[in-house]
Amino acid sequence: MVVRHEHRPVWVGVATFVVLGGAWYVLTTLTGAISPGRFPAPAEVWDALRQIAVTGYADARLHVHVLHSTWLVLLGFSAATIVGVPLGLAMGASRSFEAFINPTFLLIRPIPPLAWIPLAIVWLGLGDAAKVLIIWFAAFVPAVINSYSGVRAIEPYLIEAARMLGVSRAILVREVLIPGALPMIFTGLRLSLQACWTTLVAGELIGAIAGLGHVLYQSSLDLFPAMIVVGMAAVAVTAAVMTLALGWSEKWAMPWRT
Amino acid sequence: MGDAVADLAADADAVPAHRPASRTLSFRHWLALTIAGFVAFFGFWWLVAVSGLVTPQFLPTPLAVLQKFVALTQSPFVGYTLQQHLWSSFGRFAAGFGLAVVIGVPLGLLMGWFRWLDAIVTPLFDALRFVAPIAWVPFAALWFGTGIGGPVLIIFSGAFPPCVINAYRGAKYVEPRFIEAAQTLGASSWRMITEVLLPASVPSIVSGLRVSAGLGWQSLVGAELIVASSGIGYLLVKGQSNISTSIVMSGMIAIGIVGFAIDALLRMLERRINERRGR
Repeated sequence: MVVRHEHRPVWVGVATFVVLGGAWYVLTTLTGAISPGRFPAPAEVWDALRQIAVTGYADARLHVHVLHSTWLVLLGFSAATIVGVPLGLAMGASRSFEAFINPTFLLIRPIPPLAWIPLAIVWLGLGDAAKVLIIWFAAFVPAVINSYSGVRAIEPYLIEAARMLGVSRAILVREVLIPGALPMIFTGLRLSLQACWTTLVAGELIGAIAGLGHVLYQSSLDLFPAMIVVGMAAVAVTAAVMTLALGWSEKWAMPWRT
Repeated sequence: MGDAVADLAADADAVPAHRPASRTLSFRHWLALTIAGFVAFFGFWWLVAVSGLVTPQFLPTPLAVLQKFVALTQSPFVGYTLQQHLWSSFGRFAAGFGLAVVIGVPLGLLMGWFRWLDAIVTPLFDALRFVAPIAWVPFAALWFGTGIGGPVLIIFSGAFPPCVINAYRGAKYVEPRFIEAAQTLGASSWRMITEVLLPASVPSIVSGLRVSAGLGWQSLVGAELIVASSGIGYLLVKGQSNISTSIVMSGMIAIGIVGFAIDALLRMLERRINERRGR
């Protein structure tokens, strides 16, 4: 298919941000058209950022909250990947196994990860274990489904050729199925990383002792809009960095893709 | 917008089912294994529940959950019956999703046609994309309160991006010949968008609606867990604070059923449209 490739001038984007920043300053600090109780002025946001970074807010400093949230996401995400990808590969490779496991998926797949939060809290309390469990759920289903479709999407002649050459099952899996499914697996991981992050923020908003969601919760209780902005920005920046890191690992794992 | 497009385009259902990565099963063999799968799932659950390893409050049997589900549809819990909770959730969902479609689809089409709009909006969009919908909760509560407005903003922020991205993508993939033909005939920008770009983008828009409805429904659940005083998410939270696993599980089942129904409806719409277009 033909896409109309058009040059997107960078200066327009930069100008947009400059204009918006200017409008923000004019509407809040200069004219007061937006009251400070609704949306903070730039200076207030800067002060809030300094406060959380230097003296701390919601029981800890910014980097502690960020690291705490990141650590939980990585823990749940890796556990889901380690269990989910092999399960998906096995479902892709064996129709019998697929028929046996599929009913469980039919039952749990329509339930969004966020709906597991109350159950996780009933089972494990407000601590980190409940968070890891819901992150695991958020990442598990996409990991399985994409590994499974990755195997099914492999060109049949590759598998037939390998079989004809008489390779063993183990080599077939290692040399054909896994590399063939990798692109889809990484798509699944990217989707599930976003789901993990959303789920964790929601989990921490509902009940937590530390983490970025907890910062958001505390600032909304304190009616502290400047800190809400800082919390949202921290959520966005952390998510962006994680996605970038996954992109690098994708390039590293599939050097044959340019 | 490259990455986002690739993400949303990834759909497990798009993969053809008949690739012989493994040998196909006979129908009877398949049916037996599927039934065995269901039996194993519920059997395992039931076994753990009755084994005495955990209290019934912690994990009730499947039958107890079913009984609770039926009871909730008949007698009110935290003010409303299950149907009434679902109905108020669905109202919020419809409002947020509707707003996302009404604003998002035209915006995406316009971005696909006017380059200057694309240049202005895309960087903003990329910057906001990483803010998880649920992170809007504090501002949603601050600006719109916890009744209808707050949850609607959160659903909107979940459902909006796929609407924009897929309309934009649909508009960008229109055959250049059609556009050139319309231009030769002297079509205005308005007619170009409504009579060339929009009809050509319908399949992409509809598949975006499915993604968008799924994310919107999820965001609704999240929003109601935190800011609401009715709705299915509120029922979950109250079940949680009563430490009643069977209420929480009944709520989860209801959420799953409605989510599944919404997806099935949109899938049907998608299929009808694609059939009419002879695909």
